[in-house]
Amino acid sequence: MTGGAAIRAEWLKFRTVRGWVIAVAAALAAIVGFGLAGGNQGTCNGGCGPLLGPGGEAVSDSFYFVHQPLAGNGTITVRVASLASAVPAPRQGLHRAGVPWAKAGIIVKASLREGSAYAAIMVTGSHGVRMQDDFTGDIPGPALPAGWLRLVRSGPVITGYASATGAAWTKVGTVTLPGLPATVQGGLMVASPQYTQAALGVTQITGELSQSTATFSHLALSWPAAGWSGTYVGAPQGPAPGPATGYRQSGGTFTVTGAGDIAPLTYGPSGAGLMLTQTLGGVFIALIILAVIGAVFVTAEYRRGLIRVTLAACPRRGRVLAAKACVIGLVAFAAGLAGTALAVLFGQRELRSHGVYLPPVTALAQARVIVGTAAVLAACAVLALAIGALLKRGTAAVAAVVTLIAMPYVLTVAIPVAPLGVASWLMRVTPAAAFAVQQTVIQYPQVDEVYSPAYGYFPLAPWAGVAVLCGWAALALALAAIALRRRDA
Amino acid sequence: MMEALRAELVKAWPDRGTAWLLATGVTLSVAVSAVSVAAARCPAAGCGQDPARISLTGAYPGQVVAALAGVLVIGGEYGTGMIRVSLAAVPRRGRLLAAKAIVVAGLVAAASAVAVGAAMLAGRLILPGHGFTAASGLDLAGAGWWRASLCAVACLALTALLGLGVAAAVRDSAAATGVTLGILYLFPVAAGLVQAPDLRRHLEQISPLSAALDSQSTAGLSSLPLSPWQGLGVVALWAAAALVLGGLVLRLRDA
Repeated sequence: MTGGAAIRAEWLKFRTVRGWVIAVAAALAAIVGFGLAGGNQGTCNGGCGPLLGPGGEAVSDSFYFVHQPLAGNGTITVRVASLASAVPAPRQGLHRAGVPWAKAGIIVKASLREGSAYAAIMVTGSHGVRMQDDFTGDIPGPALPAGWLRLVRSGPVITGYASATGAAWTKVGTVTLPGLPATVQGGLMVASPQYTQAALGVTQITGELSQSTATFSHLALSWPAAGWSGTYVGAPQGPAPGPATGYRQSGGTFTVTGAGDIAPLTYGPSGAGLMLTQTLGGVFIALIILAVIGAVFVTAEYRRGLIRVTLAACPRRGRVLAAKACVIGLVAFAAGLAGTALAVLFGQRELRSHGVYLPPVTALAQARVIVGTAAVLAACAVLALAIGALLKRGTAAVAAVVTLIAMPYVLTVAIPVAPLGVASWLMRVTPAAAFAVQQTVIQYPQVDEVYSPAYGYFPLAPWAGVAVLCGWAALALALAAIALRRRDA
Repeated sequence: MMEALRAELVKAWPDRGTAWLLATGVTLSVAVSAVSVAAARCPAAGCGQDPARISLTGAYPGQVVAALAGVLVIGGEYGTGMIRVSLAAVPRRGRLLAAKAIVVAGLVAAASAVAVGAAMLAGRLILPGHGFTAASGLDLAGAGWWRASLCAVACLALTALLGLGVAAAVRDSAAATGVTLGILYLFPVAAGLVQAPDLRRHLEQISPLSAALDSQSTAGLSSLPLSPWQGLGVVALWAAAALVLGGLVLRLRDA
């Protein structure tokens, strides 16, 4: 029997069993049903999304700015003498604490509007000197806790320099801010993000804005200095008093206290909105249903004795297994693709119409989620088929697939009981790594956040995760082919 | 009834498959618990972790094995056609199901007592060295510890009964495995998707997996959706509902 004929035979066997076709349809319905169920009510009705930066990503732009206008080119030099942070603690008021990403330095910003383009060179709490621009750019500099900083603007090009003593300057980086207006605001900045605490290897966020105070001296401008103004850019609105910010100038020394952060907005316990995977809850049910079908597709032949007819019709045993894998894989892929596409595309619309905020996801990322999830469902069905053919027991195949895929997912994402080290190991080695294909949130090294699978950050790249699952399926198929060839039907 | 019990015991215990399954389950649970206990650390300032839950991490794979054992006890009979012989020998179908339930619950309870005992012993020996002391408010070897062990064994036996009931209703072992494991794992996933806090709490309360977890906890009890005994009650209700459903199907349909 040729390969094409074998596939046609297997397809015929599949579609004539009413129960299997109904089960695949149920899997499709589950994905679509959960995707469109919506059910969540949000408070965001059109246009309440967070601030967007120049690159279109969601950002947070909040810091204390001691500034004056800069028209044309110029250089700002300053010495950051010290940077100290404090965190409000319950019943203790403010107490000193190390905030790794507290920032103090020089910034050139297009305007005082939140989300406008900027370039800054700064000293951070424990990450040395950094040059950051337009929220997502981050260039590391020398590892100095304090020191001299210089920012040079010429047109749209801004260059940052750092020095320990003020004599020998090292260039940290050069950035170009397209569309920078002629007159910009330049000066000193201090920012202090939400307080993070490393405990048990997991970064935790307390939700309190920390506060940092920096002392600057030897401030030198290359243009005739006008008066300084102090502004708390992006000050929090609302009745609750924000952290105390401000600046004091005595002689040539500025003491500036600031709070907030200039950084991309990350999804996590301190973030906002829901992820795209909110629409994909039904994929889980479909996964179990397709695993059961994959296992039963081969074990039913053994139970009914049909396997002898099959192997008589097609003596090439590897070909039989391959044909079965093709048929079940394609059926699962087609059902998964249709279901996921409907769930993602229409589910998003449904959620947004109920006032829930979903961070914008690029079309390419959405396509990756849709195709990737369909591929995961197909690979799971093939894995179940292979284990069923290997062990000749459907129960063991279904249990194995569910244990290898569902259990790590539940333990790390749904009920996060596993500590971060174990969680990321599980999400690298087990077939559950394939859920990385659904990651739509971006991890930024310059922002402290709880980057764990529970918040949608997977350790592997999306297609690497799918490759892990496909590797398991291929291994199982190979073993099943060997077993099928060696033993009697 | 005694003959039915003896018959079921003969069918279940000397069978290589069941023995291997339970032995694998015990080994896997103890291994997972040992890894979890060895990796756990509690810094001096209090860690908010529950030493009983850490020692009982092996209950996760253990539950899968228990559900499998329950499914196979009756699903295997449907698969081989043995069910007709069993029903010919014991025409009272309710009695047959009850005998199967008692035998599988007993075997799973015995196996899980071994596994839970080994895991809790490992926890009691190793965890104090990692910072989990009574001084940080954690209960080791007290009443809570014994209650967590007892509830772990009971929950595993009840999960086996859940599998038995579902398999009696569905009558195909692969599909019954899918349904049972789906019931166990779906509720946490669904609870994770729901945003409304009271609906989420209700989902966590009725979920058998979360209820079993709650029954095995000794610390932070006020923040859990259910108290330990309530958790055990929820799992028992699921097992009872499955057995009732399975019994009805067994009685009303042909073998």
